[in-house]
Amino acid sequence: MTAQSKAISNPDRPRRAVALISGGLDSMLAAKVIQEQGIEVQGLNFYTGFCVEGHTHAIRAKDRAKPKRNNALWVAEQLGIKLNIIDVSEEYKDIVLNPRYGYGQHLNPCLDCKIFMVNKAQAWGFMEENGFDFIITGEVIGQRPKSQRKETMPLIARESGAHDRLLRPLCAQHLPETLPEREGWVDRDALYGFHGRNRKPQMALAEQFGLTDYAQPAGGCCFLTDKSYSAKLADLWSARGKRDYELDDIMLLKVGRHIRPSETYKLIVGREEGENNYLEGYRKQFAHLRCESHRGPLTLIDGAPNAADIEQAARIAARYSQGRDAAEVTMSVHHPNGVSEVLTVTPYAPQEIPERWHV
Amino acid sequence: MSEAQLDTRGMLCPIPVIRTQDRVRELAAGDVLEIVATDPGVLHDIPSWCRVHGHELLETSETNNEIRIRLRVCAP
Repeated sequence: MTAQSKAISNPDRPRRAVALISGGLDSMLAAKVIQEQGIEVQGLNFYTGFCVEGHTHAIRAKDRAKPKRNNALWVAEQLGIKLNIIDVSEEYKDIVLNPRYGYGQHLNPCLDCKIFMVNKAQAWGFMEENGFDFIITGEVIGQRPKSQRKETMPLIARESGAHDRLLRPLCAQHLPETLPEREGWVDRDALYGFHGRNRKPQMALAEQFGLTDYAQPAGGCCFLTDKSYSAKLADLWSARGKRDYELDDIMLLKVGRHIRPSETYKLIVGREEGENNYLEGYRKQFAHLRCESHRGPLTLIDGAPNAADIEQAARIAARYSQGRDAAEVTMSVHHPNGVSEVLTVTPYAPQEIPERWHV
Repeated sequence: MSEAQLDTRGMLCPIPVIRTQDRVRELAAGDVLEIVATDPGVLHDIPSWCRVHGHELLETSETNNEIRIRLRVCAP
């Protein structure tokens, strides 16, 4: 007997729901609405590698003093629910590289992503040892142009394999009845009929629940919805001649100034102390440049530069050192094989670094 | 009762939290886990994770940009 059939055949058992928790307001409200109906809710949060949470804050020195929090954990604390964070970064590559339903405005595969996450949630939640009965998400019809539309709602339910065990408490009244509603586990009348991009109904509901502190990131919680980040990822694929990435690649796209003078290499220049410290962690994997005669950033070289490229790279990196106005600057180049050399170069003037080099 | 160690130096949140979660799953109630980290985000996230799951935070300390957090695993 499967966990699903057991759940139905045991009608007196208290029902349990697994909630996708992003750390934003909608998923928090969806979980709270179901909790209010006396259902035990646990949260699931997925780490894709593109999550905005924490990373850049942790890297940049100016942000280190600011209070930081993981919003998904914060939501779990506010709701008093357990939260499992699952690292899906490796499997998630296939979603980013081969999205069946394509990309949104940038390289955000939002529809495939939602199907993937609901599928993961049902695989995890309906396992016999976990014993959940249905899945809840904070989706709202019309909220997001790519993934949260009237026609995508049944598609996500079907393609994820969750079918009628997927409940969207915030817009359920606009959708066909799901199993939890039909079976009377939840009261459909106490669910909501939100739609569109207007956030006021969610804010009013939050107030009603006494939830005053919540995150509402503009582009959601994913770097792939960010124009500049997506441009850097597209550049990486173009320069390498193949669409692929490692976790280190996508982490480095969040850090530093990225300058590509040629197809064969690009530079990642630390913008401040925190980024320099972070880039130090990669100095054994990448050729890198340091300024020896003046204070200056650590600059990683990604790609396969030739000797002329290295000299050009040194002139560019020198431009971002304290010696930018000097006639000559001494730079050291360190190769991953342990070989180092010293170059004396004239820093590029600002106009010698064209805008198109900035990725 | 055993004392285990977890090295998350160089990792950025939420990876240290995920590693902590996975390591704690292998431990028994009463065991102590010491986490070493460099991302200051753990000073917020790991205590928060402990509160969410009912584990006992024993101590946190920070020296030379290295953070140590000790927690006692509680029964699920």
